[in-house]
Amino acid sequence: MRILIPLAVLVALVVGLPQAASVFHAWFPAVSHPVYVRTSFVMLTAAHVMLVAVATTLAVVIGLALGVFATRPAGRSLLPTVRAVAVVGQTFPPVAVLAIAVPLLGFGAAPTLLALVLYGVLPVLGQTIAGLDNVPAASLDAADGMGFGRWRRLLDVELPQAAGPIVAGVRLSAIVSVGTATIGSAVGATTLGSPIVEGLVGNNMAYVVQGALLVGALALTVDGLLATLERRLKLPAA
Amino acid sequence: MIEFDHVSKVFGGSKVIDDLSLRIGEGELFVLVGPSGSGKSTLLRTINRLVPVDAGAVRIAGEDVVTRDIEALRRGIGYAIQSVGLFPHRTVAQNIATVPRLLGWNAEETRVRVEELLGLLRLDEPGMADRYPHTLSGGQQQRVGVARALAARPAIVLMDEPFGALDPLTRESLQHSLKTIQRDSGTTIVFVTHDMDEAFRLGDRVALLLDGKVAQVGTPLAFLHAPASPRVREFVGGERGRLRELAVRLVRDVVRLGETSSGHAVDIDASLQDALAAMLAQGHDALPVCEDGRVVGAVRLGDLVARPS
Repeated sequence: MRILIPLAVLVALVVGLPQAASVFHAWFPAVSHPVYVRTSFVMLTAAHVMLVAVATTLAVVIGLALGVFATRPAGRSLLPTVRAVAVVGQTFPPVAVLAIAVPLLGFGAAPTLLALVLYGVLPVLGQTIAGLDNVPAASLDAADGMGFGRWRRLLDVELPQAAGPIVAGVRLSAIVSVGTATIGSAVGATTLGSPIVEGLVGNNMAYVVQGALLVGALALTVDGLLATLERRLKLPAA
Repeated sequence: MIEFDHVSKVFGGSKVIDDLSLRIGEGELFVLVGPSGSGKSTLLRTINRLVPVDAGAVRIAGEDVVTRDIEALRRGIGYAIQSVGLFPHRTVAQNIATVPRLLGWNAEETRVRVEELLGLLRLDEPGMADRYPHTLSGGQQQRVGVARALAARPAIVLMDEPFGALDPLTRESLQHSLKTIQRDSGTTIVFVTHDMDEAFRLGDRVALLLDGKVAQVGTPLAFLHAPASPRVREFVGGERGRLRELAVRLVRDVVRLGETSSGHAVDIDASLQDALAAMLAQGHDALPVCEDGRVVGAVRLGDLVARPS
């Protein structure tokens, strides 16, 4: 249900909004173009999802790799630093990261992607470290004593027990990305933020409402999807 | 079978194991007993190289453990610990099958062995195999832990205070299971405990460790009759050591074959402690003794009190 309802709403919006010119005309009589038509909502949604998917995938790969490294004997000495960066980094607003990325990469999708990845890494990293750190010492002692190799122990014993918290981090990362990608349109990326930004600039509240509705429905869909995955991966004991 | 040859281990400047030499025979249930900090757990963990030694050598069947591939070495040695360390994301059957899986046993072979162990450790109530560890009682969890240690039929099993966190009744029941399984399988078991009663109840031989050295090694009776030093005598319980002796010796040692007595019979393989308890319960100073359900003799209170010759 957590997936189906928001997904149905999202599809209904993508299909229905272009047909709803009369509704928006009645709602916002002052605007001359009541429905955003520069790019189709299907295209905008697809571009938005694509950007978030690529950013989240990269964030997960990087966050997971760093988290695993920081909890291995070789990386243990870096653990406090990595943990501090992960915690402090999340207090920066994503917009600030975007603002720093533009001078480096120019306008368009590239700075948005960089901002999304940088910001998205932090929750994954934090939760990976927390999850791996919380695997009971007895589990590790037993695994070592029974002759698991390092990799085997990581894959068979540690990651499964840390999977719940890690997916919680992925979920947070993806949700933040869905929202932050919207701001990407301010620096020239094509996303569901495009109607919002254009609406704000051109004083067209109908565009803003359309963009906001779509982003909201997409965020709830992604959240529902990952929340379900998180529940599946939770330890039987929890 | 297992030989410690002048083994030393230093942790943070203090010698946890101090030039210790000891031999454990094949098929023995050997107990390392001692107070906290005596080095008994550390010594146990040198056998499967969870603790590397600083000096000396640990040999299994004459072969120094450091020359063995570490994973192969550990997969060949069963390992059970007080905190059990069952994998919470795996079922009882999957937990027990851990080492067989690491060793690449086929599914059928593994399934048969898991079934067998569930029976041996009295975990055979329906549905047990598919339950998750958090649904089990502490005693059941430790039964699964022991089953997991025995799963791949290792020649050696290491147990680090496995029953330390259990209530007395559950502990006794598990001690009994372990003793029976060990006798039937001929597995060499090295068992660490701080509980003298447990050491004497389980051990074929016992080594008392004090400050990283062996204070005495021998059978439980040797400890009781000939403590090597005043400190050992203190650990054995001084005068009260005679009470411990009742738990160690069997009715078989003092039975008067052919005599009879009134009352409910005690088994010939029961401990003298059990016999005394039965006498107290029944208010008799002698009881019949049975073997395989047949009365074969009697045991008298005086025989329990008399010093063995």
